[in-house]
This record gives sequence, structure tokens and C-alpha cells, in this order.
Amino acid sequence: MDFLNAIIVLFNFTVIPALAYGSQLALGAIFVTLIYAVLRFANFATGDMMSFGTMFAVILTYYFQSLGFGLGVLPTALLTIPFAILMMILYMLIIDKFVFSYYRIKKSPPVQFAMVSVGVMFVTQALIRIIIGPSDRRFLDGEKFIIKATEFKEMTGLAEGITLKSTQAITIIVTLIVVSIMFWFLNRTKTGTSMRAYSDNEDLALLSGIDPKRVVLITWVIAGILATIGGVLYGLDKSYRPFVYFNNMLPIFAAAIVGGIGNPFGAFLGGYVIAFAEIFVTYAYKRFISYLLPEHLEPDSLLQLLSTDYKFAVSFSILVIVLLIRPSGIFKGKVI
Amino acid sequence: MRNYKNVIAAYSIMIFLIILVGIFQSWSIALTILNYCLISAVMTIGANIQWGYAGLINFGIMGYTALGGLAVVLVSVEPVKKAWQVGGLNILACIWIIVAIIFVVKFILNRFDKSKLRNYSVASVILGGIILLRITAAPGIEAIESVDPAKTGFLGGMGLPVLFSWIIGALLAGSLAFVIGKIALGLRADYLAIATLLIAEIIVSIIKHEEWLARGVKNVIGLKRPAPYEIDLQTSEWFINLVTKFNSSKLNLINSISDKQEALNQMVIDASSVYVKLCFTGLFLTVVIILLIVTQKALYSPWGRKMRAIRDNEEAASAMGKNIVKEHLLIFILGSAIVGLAGAMMVTNDGLFTPGSYRPMRYTFVIWVMVIVGGTGNNFGAILGGFVVWFLWVEAAPIALFLINLFTSHLPETNAVRVHLIESAPYFRFLVIGIGLLLIMRYRPQGIIPEKIIKQ
Repeated sequence: MDFLNAIIVLFNFTVIPALAYGSQLALGAIFVTLIYAVLRFANFATGDMMSFGTMFAVILTYYFQSLGFGLGVLPTALLTIPFAILMMILYMLIIDKFVFSYYRIKKSPPVQFAMVSVGVMFVTQALIRIIIGPSDRRFLDGEKFIIKATEFKEMTGLAEGITLKSTQAITIIVTLIVVSIMFWFLNRTKTGTSMRAYSDNEDLALLSGIDPKRVVLITWVIAGILATIGGVLYGLDKSYRPFVYFNNMLPIFAAAIVGGIGNPFGAFLGGYVIAFAEIFVTYAYKRFISYLLPEHLEPDSLLQLLSTDYKFAVSFSILVIVLLIRPSGIFKGKVI
Repeated sequence: MRNYKNVIAAYSIMIFLIILVGIFQSWSIALTILNYCLISAVMTIGANIQWGYAGLINFGIMGYTALGGLAVVLVSVEPVKKAWQVGGLNILACIWIIVAIIFVVKFILNRFDKSKLRNYSVASVILGGIILLRITAAPGIEAIESVDPAKTGFLGGMGLPVLFSWIIGALLAGSLAFVIGKIALGLRADYLAIATLLIAEIIVSIIKHEEWLARGVKNVIGLKRPAPYEIDLQTSEWFINLVTKFNSSKLNLINSISDKQEALNQMVIDASSVYVKLCFTGLFLTVVIILLIVTQKALYSPWGRKMRAIRDNEEAASAMGKNIVKEHLLIFILGSAIVGLAGAMMVTNDGLFTPGSYRPMRYTFVIWVMVIVGGTGNNFGAILGGFVVWFLWVEAAPIALFLINLFTSHLPETNAVRVHLIESAPYFRFLVIGIGLLLIMRYRPQGIIPEKIIKQ
């Protein structure tokens, strides 16, 4: 019984949150990696682009709520995602047309692209703050919990309970659906194959008649979908605050590089690697251990490897270690 | 002489703008802006050495700035004796443990050939060392943080003059850059940018959360100053006489004695803040000029030519027998040390150390915009960039407010759009900086004052 309790403690406080957080990071990381593979630059506007898409979802959620639309037990934000994605793609295409395409045609070095994306980051951040303001917003409605700790305890008779928030379940399910569709698209369809060819060797791809404009367009479309969904899921789970989204760019980068930048499947797993590492290293194992050990051996300290303040630092340290030992990432990068 | 014309013109416009602020807003604000412009200029010189001379992309400027700020606390604050008594021993022991770990790891790396066993043993030494560190440090840290937590709760500094901390700040930042450079400089350009960005974040999070070191997010206030305090000035005889002398014509116009006294008091208060800021301006200007002379000399020396050669074509320079790894590391250290110096100057200017305020937006990306806008590879350009961008960063909000009021003046006061726009005026600075950067990158990628190659 104690063993079961210990497992449930671990499951409730580490595995479930890490899965949800990892899914959010994974979507962002695939976005980064896709842009890197096809358009060949590190996009420093990642966090703010995700924030931009989420902003539309937040505004539309408020609008739908005022009209009385809703999905009942599910959050209204899910209904607004398609519209937000459309706006996001439109914004990305405008940015690409007026900013990035010039440097792409000139074949500028990646560093210049990175600096340009910093400019885009500033502009996006300004637009977000002017449109919606910098404050913290919650836009979750509908049922909050799928399983509550007390219900779980009553059901199983255990001392520890499992809490499953509806946002966590939605995050994991939606991520799995989106990512599987995306991989199907990249690996099985003709357009996906042409994208991979373009990423692999631009000149050869052009030679075999692939239209670069189409590839770029489709990349931005996929990027818009990933960025918006990732952003909305994060906002539903925690809350929507522009500054936090900007900061989320850092673990997302870490996830993309750890997974091998340019490799979407690596980025997908990288998201979970980073999330699990952050949570496992900063979790206090006292309660878990106290179930496993006999009573007189119970530990005094919290048994925490690092305090939760260092959550970000953990993922960055992993990144540094990966860069040192295996710069191409855990799963070989630089090909879609 | 023709070459210098646009440099002189650009700087005159900048000075003119600052004087305009002085006339329309107040001299105190103008001097604050000028001081920050000078600090930004030091930062851009540092960033420009790395990016402009050697083509190294360092997005970790925030980390070095914070480290420079930390140096001010560690050097100038009086030591907290009681904290040293209760926990100093543990901290010293920890430093020895860190040194021991480094030596053991180095020994293993040098002594044994590359193998899985070696990797595992290095990892286990580091992991074991961290656990040992935590066990040693935990009681000490707890004891230190419980010493009068509202006021101190940290080890304090060395109680030395604050100007000394500028050098220490540069040294600290330089030695950190040595470590980071050893780790990260082999990476490709955009990897290096991301890695340095994240490492800077780690440094700031350590400074934020290790409260025994510099109080973390509880901030250290009331730091020493290399300039007199306003209160002392307001009570000193010579200063009041000086103010009376300067404003005698204005004072003579006032008839009643009590009014005259009141006006004089107000003038003394205003003048004292201006005087203190002028002292800082003098100090900062000295630093900027010294750095400018040194960096200009370096740029046109054989060493500078070598750096440019490495930047423009690494393979060719390597073929000529230049040690690229060594030169890159050296320039990374030099640039970071200058940024550390700027960080120390900034904290000295503010008189307080607030680790919570170090954010990559303000301390990394804005500095980069300054370098790009001003002119990569040209020190005059980089300094000008620091001035222009900082000026816009500060003055964008008032200008935006003015423009919003102008364009929405036909709307009623309570119009929702107008109210919303006026509320969001502070965020127009991001828009101005972003669009400015994009325009410069597109139409004048070499910056306002481009790099000049002198044929020797």
C-alpha cells in the first residue's frame, strides 16, 4: 500500500505536470526547429509569436463569452483556436513578406537573420502590449478538474490522491493529435516530402522543380498552427502574460537544441526531456521517500536536489552539457 | 577631414537633443539620460569589440552586467561581521571544495585518454562535489540569512571605496567570460548566441536566489557613492553661495525676504541633484574617453588588423598561422570585462542593486540594437548607437503620448480608443526600437556611422 502511495505521489506531482509542460514546450520546440530547418535561422521572436497568437485567442474568448457561445465543459478558447491560427498565419506571412523574404533572397548569413528576428521580436512585443496590455489574464472556463484528489482518494481508498486538471488532459491530447498529424504530413504527403528535400539540400530541391515560395508558405502555415496551439495551451494551463511568454522562449530553445535542432521528432522529445528534467531535479522527494522507508528512517530535509528557483537554470545546464558533449543534439539534427 | 564630418554632425544632433530635453523637461532628467547614455556607450564598446572586431555573437550581456553590479556590492558594502562569524567558515570551505573539484576534473581529463570511463568519472566527481557542497553550505547559508534578515542577511562586502569595484567588476566579468568562452566559443554563430543567452540567465538566477551573497531579490540599497550626497550639499555653505551667485539676477527680482529664501531653497535642492549628476557625468565621460582611445588604438594596431582578418576569413587567417581559438577567447574576455565595468558603473549610478531587474530584453537585446544601429566595427558608431537608442528608449513614451494626443484631439476625452492608446504609450518604445532596427538592417546594414578601413 505504501509503495502504491509513493508511486501516486510521484505521479501526481511530477509526471502529470511534466507531461503537460513538456507538451507545451514540445510544440514550441517543433516551431523553432521547423523555422531553423527550412528558413535556416534561429528565430528569437519565437516566444512573442506564440504570445501573439494566444492574444487573439484570449480576445476572441472574451468576445465569445460576451455573446454566450461556449463549449460547455470544455474551455471556450478551444473554439477560438482556428480563428487565432488564421490571424497568426496572416501576421507571420506579412512579416515574412516585408522582413524576412528580403534577406532570404539575398542569402544573408544566419546571424543577420537572427538579428532581424530580434527586430521582429521588439515589434511583436510592442503590438501585443499596445493591443492587450502587459497584465496577467486567465481565460480558462468550463470544468476545471477531471479527477479531484478527494474523489480519487474515496474511489481507491489510498492516502494520496491524483489531481488531473482538465487543461493538462487537453494539453496532452491536443499535442498528440497535432504532432501526429504534422508528422504524417511531413513524412507521407508530397508537400511534406518536398519540404524535407528543401531543408536537406536547397539547390537540389530547386533543381527537381520544388517551388521555394510554396515551401516557405507552408512552413509559416505549420509554424502558425504550432505557435498558436502551443501558446493557447500554455495560457490555459497557467495564465496569459506577455512577459512570461518571452521568457518561455529560453526553455523552448533548450528543448529544440537538446533534441537536435532541425529535427522535429527530436524537438518533440526534447520538450519532454527538458520538462522532466526541470521538474525531477527541483521536486522535493521527502514525501515520496517517507512512504518507502520505515518510519524511524524518515528523512529530515526536503530531499530536493535544487530549489525550484533554479527551474530554468536546470534546463539551461542540460543544454550546455549537450552542447559540450554532443552539439548536434541527442537525436542528430539538421534534417527534417 | 571629410570623413569626420558626419561623425561630428551626428554627435552634435545628439547633444542638441539632450539639451532640448533639458530645456523642455528639466536639466535633472537631461543629465540622467546623458549618464545612462554614457553607461550604454561603455556597454556598446564592449559588445562592439566582440561583434565588430571579431564577429563573435554574445547574447549574454545581461549576465556580465549583473556580475559587474554584484562586484559593487561585494567591494563597497561594509562586511557584516556577525554573518562571517556564524557562516563564513562554511562558505570558505565551499570555495575550497570548488577549487578541489576543478583540479580533480582537470587531473582526470589530462591524465586519462578519452573513454566512457573517463566521462563517467568526471560526471561522478562533479555530482559528488555538488552534493558535498550542499551539505557543507546549507547550515552556513541558513545561519547567514537569519542574521538580521530585514537589513542584512548576507555576508556583506569588503568595505572598500566604490570606484575600486569598477575594476573588480571588470575582472569578475572577464574571468566568467574565460570559463564561458572555453565552453561555448567553439559553437557555430547562432548556437553561440543561444548558449550565451541561456548562460546569462543562469548567472542572473544564481544572483537572484543566493541570498547570502547579495540579498538576492531583497535588493541592496544605499550603496556608497563616488560623488557627494544631495543632503550634504544642501547644508554646506559654499554650495549655497555658489547657487546664489549663479541665480543672483533671478533672486534680485524677488522683493520679500521670505519669498527670496524660499526660492533660494528650491534652487539649492534642484542644483544639488544636478551637481551630483554632473559629478557622475564627469566620471563616466572619463571612462568612455579612456576606453575610446584604447579601443581606437587597438583597432588600428597590428592586433586589430589581425582580428579583422580572422573575422573576415577564418580559414585564411588560420592558414597564416594565427591562433583563432586563442584570439577569440581573448577578445571574448576583453569585451565581457568592459561590459562588466559598465554594469558596475550603472549600479554605482543608481546606488542600489536589484537583481530582479536584470532582464534579457533591456540588458541584452537593447544593447545589441545599439551596436547594430550605431555601426558595427566602428567605436564612434557604437557609442553613438548607445546614445541614440537610449535616448529613444527613454523619450519614446513622452513623444508617443504627445503624438497620440495630437492625432486623437478631435475625439472626446472618454473615447475608448484614445484612453487605451494613452495608457499604452510606454510600450511604443518597443515599437520604435524594433522598427528602427528593422529599417537600419534593411537600408543601412553597416549602421549610422559605418566601419572605416584605413589603408596603412
